[in-house]
Amino acid sequence: MPDLPPFSVQEFPALHSPLLALNDVSCERGNRRLFCQLSVQLMAGQALQINGGNGAGKTSLLRIAAGLLAPAAGAVCYLGEPLADNSYNHRSQLLFLGHQAAVKGSLTALENLRYPVDGRHRFSTEAIFQALAAVGLAGFEDLPCRTFSAGQRRRVALALLILSDARLWLLDEPFTAIDRTGVELIERLMAAHLQRGGAIMLTSHQPVALPGLLALELSGGDSHG
Amino acid sequence: MANGTVNTLRRELLLASRRRGELANPLLFFVMMAALVPLGISPQSTVLAELAPGMIWVMALLATLLSLEPLFAEDYRDGSLDQLLLAADGMAFAVLGKMLAHWLVTGLPLTLVAPLLATLLALPAAGWLPLLASLLVGTLALSFIGAMGAALTVSLQRSGVLLTLIVMPLYVPVIIFGSATVQRAIEGFSWLAPLALLATLAVAAIALCPLVVVGALRLTASE
Repeated sequence: MPDLPPFSVQEFPALHSPLLALNDVSCERGNRRLFCQLSVQLMAGQALQINGGNGAGKTSLLRIAAGLLAPAAGAVCYLGEPLADNSYNHRSQLLFLGHQAAVKGSLTALENLRYPVDGRHRFSTEAIFQALAAVGLAGFEDLPCRTFSAGQRRRVALALLILSDARLWLLDEPFTAIDRTGVELIERLMAAHLQRGGAIMLTSHQPVALPGLLALELSGGDSHG
Repeated sequence: MANGTVNTLRRELLLASRRRGELANPLLFFVMMAALVPLGISPQSTVLAELAPGMIWVMALLATLLSLEPLFAEDYRDGSLDQLLLAADGMAFAVLGKMLAHWLVTGLPLTLVAPLLATLLALPAAGWLPLLASLLVGTLALSFIGAMGAALTVSLQRSGVLLTLIVMPLYVPVIIFGSATVQRAIEGFSWLAPLALLATLAVAAIALCPLVVVGALRLTASE
């Protein structure tokens, strides 16, 4: 296995309060209660896998943690402060990968990463080449992404894991359409991210090999929900 | 904070350069309509000159309207909208970049081909400069107000009709002051007053519309 390229941030400063905390959060979608009074704390160096059947509210929970969706009740805190007061810190230390890759087909892999929509980053060409090589897209840098397979598109988005300096990763089904070596790569990246003091919240239907992985079971989405 | 605007602007212009055909549509519409007016109404230059200011402005408005629907739709479908909402320095700056890019690839070209239309419609020479000036400023207002409608209707399947209904009333002052600028110049009056009002509309649109767009897109994301 090739070595991973170095992250831009080697080690995050130590923290004593939880990085992310969901306090008594409830979520309702279309008159259906998905979960109620859910509390989760994520410390630096921790990873949490959200499990649950289809429609159990995994993605909703992740979107609530990202601040994209307002919870029906309860509060989301980043570094101990509610998101409303701390949204700049939260957003600037957040990497959210939704189940759509947010990769533009008419741009090349390089261009997709050079001007990320979030406007925060400006990566060097060299760093992007390194990251693309690490996710197995060496030689594909200058091809328009519409010629890529679904897995390759996702790999372009996954290159952000290497490039970004975000401390909190929210990954919605990161393994979708990814082959076995890709899954191993993501697991290694996640392990390295935890090592440097990052935190991860992810949803996945498959078991994830990550030391110290916490699990949360969402039981909503069934008839008594 | 301008970082978000510049980054988005460059990205959007790059995207625009990859779909030039699509971008040419409003422009072609603009020119073709102007070519049809003399055929449909009268080729007499006195009649055309009378109609030209209002006609060119109506067509600029319709051409802009044509270009609005895809503004946020693709981002909505491919997940980019979520990333836009998570822009650290506030989404308004990123959105501003998108809207500026939209003006650069629709409003500005419409302004630049306007002399061709002025010729086709026999616009008197006194109206040329006011026409260019008013289109330059007015299309900015059209783009920004239009983006508001596009953001409000982004999650709808066929948003065209609703988009038009939302945007049209807001376009009314733009078209009134836009064509008045040209009309007054042709009649020999000072045309700076309507132009200044048009500029006011444009400045207000640039300042306020990104905020409305952000609110609308946030609502969409939390659906």
